[in-house]
Amino acid sequence: MPVEPPVTTPRSLPEAYALLSSGAYRPIAGGTDLMVQITGELGEPPERVLDVWRLEELRGIQVEDDALVVGALSTYTEIRRSALVGEWLPALAQAAGTIGAAQIQNRGTLGGNIVNASPAGDTLPVLLAADASIIVGSARGEREVAAADFWTGYRETARAADELVVQVRFPLKPARTIRFRKVGTRRAQAISKVVLALAYREDGGVWRDVRVALGSVAATPVRVPETESVLEGAAPRATVADHAAAVIGREIKPIDDVRSTAEYRRAVTGRILHRLLREEGGW
Amino acid sequence: MQGYRFTLNGEAVELEVPGMRRLLDALREDLGLTGTKEGCGEGECGACSVLVDGAVVDACLVPVCQVEGSDVRTVEGMADPITGALSPLQQAFLDLGGAQCGICTPGMLMAARAFLDDGGEPTDGAIREAIAGNLCRCTGYTKIIEAIAAASEAGADGPKLPLDDVAGA
Repeated sequence: MPVEPPVTTPRSLPEAYALLSSGAYRPIAGGTDLMVQITGELGEPPERVLDVWRLEELRGIQVEDDALVVGALSTYTEIRRSALVGEWLPALAQAAGTIGAAQIQNRGTLGGNIVNASPAGDTLPVLLAADASIIVGSARGEREVAAADFWTGYRETARAADELVVQVRFPLKPARTIRFRKVGTRRAQAISKVVLALAYREDGGVWRDVRVALGSVAATPVRVPETESVLEGAAPRATVADHAAAVIGREIKPIDDVRSTAEYRRAVTGRILHRLLREEGGW
Repeated sequence: MQGYRFTLNGEAVELEVPGMRRLLDALREDLGLTGTKEGCGEGECGACSVLVDGAVVDACLVPVCQVEGSDVRTVEGMADPITGALSPLQQAFLDLGGAQCGICTPGMLMAARAFLDDGGEPTDGAIREAIAGNLCRCTGYTKIIEAIAAASEAGADGPKLPLDDVAGA
């Protein structure tokens, strides 16, 4: 039988914050990661758990102040079905739809993906490409952390032990196109070998504000600034795509692991980027 | 330890167990309902699929504290409680050979039920997506997919399936 650590279920966000400031708790949201850890097979199970699943303050998806605001407890199913996400950030819905299958999508949450901080977290490159910011809160108040500053090392984040992720804000202006692509072993229920998000704004035939973000190719989700600079101010032509694909292959430092090899990841990352540029360029 | 209350296949239950007990263990060990199977225990195989408030979930990934006040449905609740008549889905699995060793079957049935209850169009692609979180190592899925299509209303009206071949085999 798995370990069954004591669990406390706060009725409100302030109550959750008070508990978190009084001692060490591991938060549980949809449980898709933490419930695997209580088997003890993946390392030490948590000593005490804080069940945040029912905190209404962390739910809901809306557009406010030129930003799409997604509550931390939004499940992947809710994100996939949200008309607002479909209208303003379809790449996020697409990413959510590649995670696990129905059983996981009905429980797994955006906040959980962020805090679990797996380099293979499928929504995380979308957050990076979209210049999202992550709002974390505690008894000390709320603060905003840029997605680019959030994942600080392998499974390490800028979240303090007494903080919860409250929501994610995706700026909608200036409007940009965001594309998403995942390569896994099969279409569903597969952890990524490579996941890529590309964002840009077209300006007189060239691209501006280009972001290229990747998962599963480093210890954290990462942006690739050299590749971005190849695309910044350029048009998605074949020569540009060739150059960018070569640069991204040199820029990333993937590893061999149970899911793939560094060589494959390098090759397929260049190919995904090349293909996206071809699709955007219409050639 | 505290009491957790929820409805299980329409009946009220109260369990005094640790809140982090997996719903899977509560069902099998505490409530004696062994229809829900444990395959991988880590959310990969779907053998422990049950419905919580109508949504299909892996019972190995849900702690009991999170089903407080919820409506939980397992494979034991599928057949008619009075007559014991099988549900259309169960009957279709039986008629079309949608089960072999049987370990994945309760989970397949629950995932299929969630899909059909949601009004999913029973196309081949949609059914495949609906059961993508349920692994079967015996049948190759074809007969399972045929059974789900046959059990749906569209399937009953005129299935776009090689049912004649199955019947004549």
